[in-house]
Amino acid sequence: MAGKTSGRTLYDKLWDAHVVKDFGDGSALIYIDRHLLHEVTSPQAFEGLRLAHRQPWRLAANLAVPDHNVPTEGRAQGIKDPVSKAQLDALDENCAAFHITKFGLMDRRQGIVHVIGPEQGATLPGMTVVCGDSHTSTHGAFGALATGIGTSEVEHVLATQTLVQKKAENLRVTVRGHVGPGVTAKDIVLAIIGHIGTAGGTGYSIEFAGEAIRALSMEGRMTVCNMTIEAGARAGMVAVDDTTINYVKGRPFAPRGAAWDAAVVAWRDLHSDADAHFDREVVIEAAGIEPQVTWGTSPEMVVPVGGRVPDPAEEKDAVRRNGMTRALQYMALKAGTPMTDITLDKIFIGSCTNARIEDLRAAAAVARGHHVAATIKQAMVVPGSGLVKEQAEKEGLDKIFLDAGFEWREPGCSMCLGMNPDHLSPGERCASTSNRNFEGRQGAGGRTHLVSPAMAAAAAIAGHFVDVRQMQGEAA
Amino acid sequence: MTPFTTITGTAVPLDRSNVDTDAIIPKQYLKSIKRTGFGPYLFDDWRYLDPGDLQTDVKTRRPNPDFVLNRPEHRGATILLARQNFGCGSSREHAVWALANYGFRAVIASSYADIFFSNSFKNGFLPVVLKADEVEQLFQAVAADAAQRITVDLPAQQVRIDGGAAFHFDIDALRKDRLVKGVDEIGETLAHADAIKAYEARRRQAAPWLFAQ
Ligand code: SF4
Repeated sequence: MAGKTSGRTLYDKLWDAHVVKDFGDGSALIYIDRHLLHEVTSPQAFEGLRLAHRQPWRLAANLAVPDHNVPTEGRAQGIKDPVSKAQLDALDENCAAFHITKFGLMDRRQGIVHVIGPEQGATLPGMTVVCGDSHTSTHGAFGALATGIGTSEVEHVLATQTLVQKKAENLRVTVRGHVGPGVTAKDIVLAIIGHIGTAGGTGYSIEFAGEAIRALSMEGRMTVCNMTIEAGARAGMVAVDDTTINYVKGRPFAPRGAAWDAAVVAWRDLHSDADAHFDREVVIEAAGIEPQVTWGTSPEMVVPVGGRVPDPAEEKDAVRRNGMTRALQYMALKAGTPMTDITLDKIFIGSCTNARIEDLRAAAAVARGHHVAATIKQAMVVPGSGLVKEQAEKEGLDKIFLDAGFEWREPGCSMCLGMNPDHLSPGERCASTSNRNFEGRQGAGGRTHLVSPAMAAAAAIAGHFVDVRQMQGEAA
Repeated sequence: MTPFTTITGTAVPLDRSNVDTDAIIPKQYLKSIKRTGFGPYLFDDWRYLDPGDLQTDVKTRRPNPDFVLNRPEHRGATILLARQNFGCGSSREHAVWALANYGFRAVIASSYADIFFSNSFKNGFLPVVLKADEVEQLFQAVAADAAQRITVDLPAQQVRIDGGAAFHFDIDALRKDRLVKGVDEIGETLAHADAIKAYEARRRQAAPWLFAQ
């Protein structure tokens, strides 16, 4: 190594700015600027506060929303599932008792916690953002240090506004050059995970860099950072630039006037110094990335749509080979099958990975003038928030989807994990724009293939996977 | 928090890598607003032949006789053996609660996902990291004799196969100390309340927009 460099990475800067107390062993007490809450991982934390007679440290840092359990249709009739209802009621009661700001079920701003934070400007560059949800990494797209935490940590943040954290190592993933037409942020991040593996980022904070990342919109960057956890890293981030600042400007929780100007000056420094040291570097050529489809039960089990289901026999590592064999069994797939031969039962367009307005536009552009294949039992579009839904309706996207045979739903996590009534039945196969293809994730025995919104829409129309670039070619 | 010092018991060999938290405790159980009662649902999809949820009486469900947790020789085990990247996926602490409620006190694997790893320490549950070949030796010892007793000794940072090999493991000094003493971490942090207030005052000056509304 050529001597010690003095530059700091973006992660180093965010870390340094939030150290309340350095414990001198690589860990520190880190101040938390923004704490997002939802109904699933917070009840036990509030219970803990009550038992210990503790109060939230700084109320304004918290923002709560129900998303995981909420029904995506017939909301006015209330929630049928009594267990889900109890959890939503608990969030209502806890937020009321502790005076925490909450967007309730019938609030037009309600939506998936990782969609509404940025949408409201509650996520700002330079913040530390935490939430009892692993996809909190999404908010790193803003040049923020955003990490998912467990329920004990939710309680810790509520009570102290801090967390004891261990500093991670720095990993930079550079996506060099530009992706071709029809290749999206989702394909980029799936290709990255396919390359470094689901444990490839463990122990690291990842900074995504390179022309292909810079060229992404904020929404695309959120998609990439969202899936950082699927590469094993708790935090993923992108440096602040004009794209970031323009996105944040004018949002309800964003600073205004003189405070805005001062904030922008500070935010301009939120990038890695030119001489910053990264513990590990990974470089990927954007031109080589094609639309991706997962074939297995882990997001790293992914191939280009033009590829085939891989053969475990060709894998040398015994543990990996077993994993592949088990995945093929669960997915009911044969090695060597072209991905485009795989037929589907259901289509899910939604989740904190891909339910923002640009995602819906991309899917609608493919769906326009076509119809969902007769063999597809259900194709759902679930907007990420009430405001995304409103915007989409203003643009007529709901019409396009409905005309094409998709269902148009109310916002929430929905079939990403099926805690609400939307789920896969055993054996059903789904093209999903969500982030996890784990066994049973979308419903016990359900089989999930992760794809981009455009690829999901294309699969809905064809009834099987198809290279969306061919469809777009035909339309042109 | 329950302190953890030394435990001796038998182990369940779960020979899989990338065991995710959805597999450890499926989503339908996350609707509970309690911290306890998750033990019967640990590894639910693998453990039972028929589906269930919080409202199903577990006694009416058919256990999958082939799943390792259900084998009679592994009843009463307190240690879980697994492969790499254990606990990947969601941040649900319910995964640790389910393992602990079931009766496990420790898991031994070659690597873990970060959030699962830190959640474990908050619940008196120890995730031990051993080298892959050491984990393999443990799998072999348990395969040879399901009643093989294993000791996890946190103060000495050792895993010992009774009458056999002993392996050293590394652990963060602060985490070890907290676990051995069963410290209330929030109470510990609140001892730094003045430092937190001083930080806030400084930060409010430098970045007032973070403290708005
Ligand atoms: S959309 Fe899916 S991944 Fe995102 S927060 Fe909801 S359940 Fe989690």
